[in-house]
Amino acid sequence: MPKITYREALNQAMKEEMERDDSVFIVGEEVGLFQGAYKVSQGLLDKFGEMRVRDTPIAEEMIVGLAIGAALAGLRPIAEMMTFNFSLLALDQIVNHAAKIRYMSGGQFSLPLVIRGPGGAAFQLAAQHSQSLEAYYAHVPGLKVVMPATPFDAKGLLQSAIKDDNPVVFIENEVLYGAKGEVPVGEYTIPLGAAEVKKIGRDVTVVAHSRMVLVALDAAEMLTKDGINIEVVDLRTIKPLDEKLILRSVKKTNRLVVVEEGWRFAGVGAEVCDRVVVNAFDYLDAPPVRVTGADVPMPYSRSLEAAALPDAKKVVAAVKKVLYSS
Amino acid sequence: MKKSELAHLLYQMMLIRRFEEKAAQMYAMAKIGGFCHLYIGEEAIAVGAVSTLKDNDYVVAPYRDHGHALARGCNPNKVMAELFGKADGLCKGKGGSMHLFDIKRRFMGGYAIVGGQLPIATGIAYAIKYRDRKEVVLCFLGEGAVNEGAFHESLNVAALWKLPIVYLCENNLYAMGTAVERASAVADIYERACSYDMPRQRVDGMDLLTVREEVGKAVKLARQQRMPSFIEASTYRFKGHSMSDPARYRSKEEVEQMKAKDPILIFQEKMLNEGLMKEEEITKLDNKAKKIAQEAVEYAEAAADPESASLYQDVLV
Repeated sequence: MPKITYREALNQAMKEEMERDDSVFIVGEEVGLFQGAYKVSQGLLDKFGEMRVRDTPIAEEMIVGLAIGAALAGLRPIAEMMTFNFSLLALDQIVNHAAKIRYMSGGQFSLPLVIRGPGGAAFQLAAQHSQSLEAYYAHVPGLKVVMPATPFDAKGLLQSAIKDDNPVVFIENEVLYGAKGEVPVGEYTIPLGAAEVKKIGRDVTVVAHSRMVLVALDAAEMLTKDGINIEVVDLRTIKPLDEKLILRSVKKTNRLVVVEEGWRFAGVGAEVCDRVVVNAFDYLDAPPVRVTGADVPMPYSRSLEAAALPDAKKVVAAVKKVLYSS
Repeated sequence: MKKSELAHLLYQMMLIRRFEEKAAQMYAMAKIGGFCHLYIGEEAIAVGAVSTLKDNDYVVAPYRDHGHALARGCNPNKVMAELFGKADGLCKGKGGSMHLFDIKRRFMGGYAIVGGQLPIATGIAYAIKYRDRKEVVLCFLGEGAVNEGAFHESLNVAALWKLPIVYLCENNLYAMGTAVERASAVADIYERACSYDMPRQRVDGMDLLTVREEVGKAVKLARQQRMPSFIEASTYRFKGHSMSDPARYRSKEEVEQMKAKDPILIFQEKMLNEGLMKEEEITKLDNKAKKIAQEAVEYAEAAADPESASLYQDVLV
């Protein structure tokens, strides 16, 4: 299997879906002539033309609203948010419109819409460019929220998201864009709502999503020296959550650590813990431990930023805490 | 225009008027809940404008949408049942007064967020151009919406990309309780469109035939040249913003003055004066409108409530 980058995997998913289905188009800032702010849509304008790869003014509410209208009229838009930080400007369209039109219309309309772009922190981008907003979108009925951690998952999940007849919030990760991995040639889908065990283990279930999956895998490496064998579960889809797989893992290991980049209060990890505590209480040998971003706006300074984010060391400490070992 | 066509336009205005009067009664009896925004006084705009459209054109409306839905041919029984929140309502009781949708008639909503419908309407127009089709979008808005950011973002791209859309602004002088001069630095609302170099004008929204003529031209421009337009239709709502509004922000004298410009009376007089219709014919149409409105209430009353399972239906496909 060819080894390509996460961004190339996304590019392939979009290109191939656009080749298969002429109702699929991309709309967003710099997606065309600039080849994509992060080069995810490289080459697509030349291949498909400006109606199908539409450069827009800086107007996020319009970008998402236009995509909604186009979806109502039978197209399958991919609306790019240059980063999900800017999606907040389109929050009304995403939450009040995209998520609700099907329901309010009594099921008359479906909105096969993908809203995609990078989320999470990169390096010293400061408070307004570093947010993990998946908890916001996962909270809203009527949206699916998908977050791939690997190039393989990125292509398969994006193809599924484009084929899905619902609004899908597809949050990528800027730091992962350059990561390489094996990706099949051609069409394949990964079902939305299916988590995956990225590393089979025995001692602790570590649930993570997006970049934190790689952080958890790094921690797994470090922990082998202490003879600790963790199982890493990659959520892949935040909503709908794969509760079954998570519970199956915890029933095996009896311990849970949840890692996320986002803020602790009402974060995705809180939902995961709720599901496990309510449904597998008797299987737990310790209370769940969460590793999260610090509940602060992201500071600019390099050392402060590092302190504000989870890393492999913090995950190792959490695993040892849940094992009551040190 | 043929006499039968004129009679039909008059009937449609009467149907909306009698329907809205019934809705007001039903609301007062708590058969309709939530917010109920009546279209009384503005009938000439919905009827005149929608009459210029083809069946496969699209209509987008804000929350004061009963008149637009009826003008577009939505079944009055289904609309009233929706207002009553019944399972057999236009949207299965899931939307209510502010969220009327009818996919068969390309009535694309019914939106409660002021200005929220503008980018969506613009996106439908984008899809029309994408598919190289000849349809047009008629997007209604109130004058309160022109100060929302979504207005600016939408009209800008409609003009920039030459989209087949007509933005029809019903200026009834009050955005809820705020008079237009208190909200807009430029109170000549149609002038807002100059920022986008868009064809724009103000028309008398109380005169159905004028609305029909001018919107007809704009629709033709959109269809044939993919040129968007902005039309401000001057009108007045004879009732408050919604059923819960005692409308203390405007004087009784003003309301009475405006009622003298009732679009239905204006149209009737024209028909009589020009010998196009007789008094009896007009009365007959009004009686039909009253009957249909009454039947809609009876239909809605008799209809069943949604089953509890429907709570979780249609969240996702």
